Amino acid sequence: MKHPLVMILLVALAALFGRVLPAWTLSLATVAASNALIALGIVILARTGNVSFGQGLFYAAGGYGVALIANAWGITDAVAQMLIGAVCGGLLGLVIGPLIARYSGIFFGMLTLALSMVFYGALVKTTALGGSDGFNVGRPSLFGMVFTDPREADFMLYAVAVVTTGLAGIAATILFRSELGLASLAVRENDLRVEYLGISSNRVVTINFAIAAVFAGASGAFALMAQRHIDPQFAYWTTSGEFVFVAVLAGYQSVAAIFVASLALELVRSFSNLYLPNTWQLVLGVFLLGVILFLPRGIGSLWIGKGRKRVEPAAVRGAAAQKEAAQ
Amino acid sequence: MTPVLSVRGLEKRFGAVVAADALNLDIATGQKVSLIGANGAGKTTFVNLVTGYLKPDSGSIALDGIDIGRRSPRNVARLGISRSFQIPQLFIELTAAENLIVAVAGARAQALSFHAPAEAHDGKVLELLERFGLGGVADRPISELAGGVRKLIDIAMALVRRPKLLLLDEPTSGVSAEEKFATMDRVIHAVAPDAATIVFVEHDMEIVSRYADRVVAFYQGRILADGDPHNVLKDAEVRRFVTGGAQ
Repeated sequence: MKHPLVMILLVALAALFGRVLPAWTLSLATVAASNALIALGIVILARTGNVSFGQGLFYAAGGYGVALIANAWGITDAVAQMLIGAVCGGLLGLVIGPLIARYSGIFFGMLTLALSMVFYGALVKTTALGGSDGFNVGRPSLFGMVFTDPREADFMLYAVAVVTTGLAGIAATILFRSELGLASLAVRENDLRVEYLGISSNRVVTINFAIAAVFAGASGAFALMAQRHIDPQFAYWTTSGEFVFVAVLAGYQSVAAIFVASLALELVRSFSNLYLPNTWQLVLGVFLLGVILFLPRGIGSLWIGKGRKRVEPAAVRGAAAQKEAAQ
Repeated sequence: MTPVLSVRGLEKRFGAVVAADALNLDIATGQKVSLIGANGAGKTTFVNLVTGYLKPDSGSIALDGIDIGRRSPRNVARLGISRSFQIPQLFIELTAAENLIVAVAGARAQALSFHAPAEAHDGKVLELLERFGLGGVADRPISELAGGVRKLIDIAMALVRRPKLLLLDEPTSGVSAEEKFATMDRVIHAVAPDAATIVFVEHDMEIVSRYADRVVAFYQGRILADGDPHNVLKDAEVRRFVTGGAQ
C-alpha cells in the first residue's frame, strides 16, 4: 500500500486534472466518480460474501434527504449536501443492517432488492415528494461561492466528487488491511468458524453494510447535485443493477479497479450511445461479457495478479529486512 | 475437585437415531480425556453439543458451573471452550498469520479494530506459530499448505483464547503413521502452556494409550466405558464394539 499522504496527493492531482479535461467529459467523470463511490460500498460489503442488489435504497435515501433539507433550509453547499446524504444513507443502513445481516447469499441479495423496491413504490405514491415525477433542487455552491458559469460549476462538482471518492478509496484501502477487513474475508469464507473464534459474523456484516450505505447516500447526493432533480428512479432496481455491474467489473481485490471500472463503463456507455444509438445496450452487454469471461476476478486482477497482498506480521517483516541487510 | 465440564442427562436425537442417550460425564481440570468409538457412536455429536453447535433435546451442560446448553458457539467460545475440527476449518484465502490474527482479534474483549493489526498481536501470532514449528509458513496462504500443517494451524487458532477446555477432533487424522507421534507430541507440547484440560476424539488406539490419562468409550450414543486407558482398552465390550480387538 502506498503511503496515505501519497494517495492524498494523487487524489488532489486527479481533482486538478479536471481543469484540463474537455468540458463534455467533466459531467461524465463526475458520474463515474459518484458511481465508483457506491460501487466501492458494494465491494466492501461483498468482502463478507454478500451482494446487495438494492443499494438504490440508500442512494435514493441520500438523494431525497439532501433534496428535502436543501429545499427546506436552503443548504446549497456541495460538501454539506454530500455529508447530509452520507448521514441519511448511513442512518438507514444502521436500522436495516442488523436485521438483514442474519441472512446470507441469495436471500440477502433478494431482501435488499425487495426493500429498495418497497421504497421505490412508496416514493411513487407519495405526492408530497412529487410522486413519479420527483422534484427539482437549486444549483450547488461551495463554501459560499456560487458558480454561474456552467463550466466552473461542473468543475466544482467534479472536484468535490473526485476528492470525496478518493478519500473514501483511501479509507477503504486502510479498512481492507485492518482487523475488520481480515474478519470480513473470514466471514466470507466460513462464518461458523468466525463464530467459534468468538467474533459475531452478523456484526461484521452489519458494519460493512452500514459503511456501504454511507457511501451510497453520499453517491445519491452527488447524483442529485449533478442532475438538480430527483425522482423515484433513484431507488429502482435497474439503478441498483448498474452499481453491481461496476462492482462485478472491478472485482473485490483492488480499490483502484473500482474507479477504473466505473470510468470504463461510463465511457463505453457514452460512446456506444453516440455511435450506435439503437444498439448501445448490445455493446455494453458484450463489453460486460468480455470482462467476465477474460477477467473473472475483475479488472483489478490485471495488476493484483494471482495473490492478494498479504498482511505480514511486523516480526516477519523485520526478519526479512534483517536478512536482506545481511546479504 | 470441581469439574470444569459437567454433563447431566444429555440427550440428542436425529429422527430415529439416538446420538446422545442420557449422557452423564464430569471432566476435571487438568485431565487429558480421549473420546473413542466407532463411526456414528456419538463422539462428534458430543463435541458439537458442548460447543453450542447443536442444542440438546434435554439435559444440561455446565462449564465451571455455568449452564451453556443453550448458548451459541460464540458465547461458548467466550466462556472458555475452544475446538479444532476433524477437517481443518481455516480461511484458505488468508495466510497462516492472517488466520491467527483473526483468532487473536476474536479473543480480545474489545470490538474489531479499523486499524491494521497491532505489533503486539503480531508477536502473539508468531509465538504461537513457532510453538507449533510453523514460523516459516506465516506468510503463506492456507491454500498452499499441506493437510498436516493446516491441522496444526487449526489447533493453534483454537488455542489463542487460552481456553479452560480444549476439544480436538481427531488431531492426527490425515497424518501418516510415521509422523503421528511426532505430530501429537508437538500438539501436546504446544497446547500445554495455554490449555489445562484437553478432550480429544481419536480413532488411533496407540495415540489414545500414549497421550490420554482417561478414556471415554462411546457406543450408539451411550458411554460404554470410562476410566484409565489401560482398563478401558482391555474392557471386553470396548474390544468388541469399539476397538475390534486393537490395543
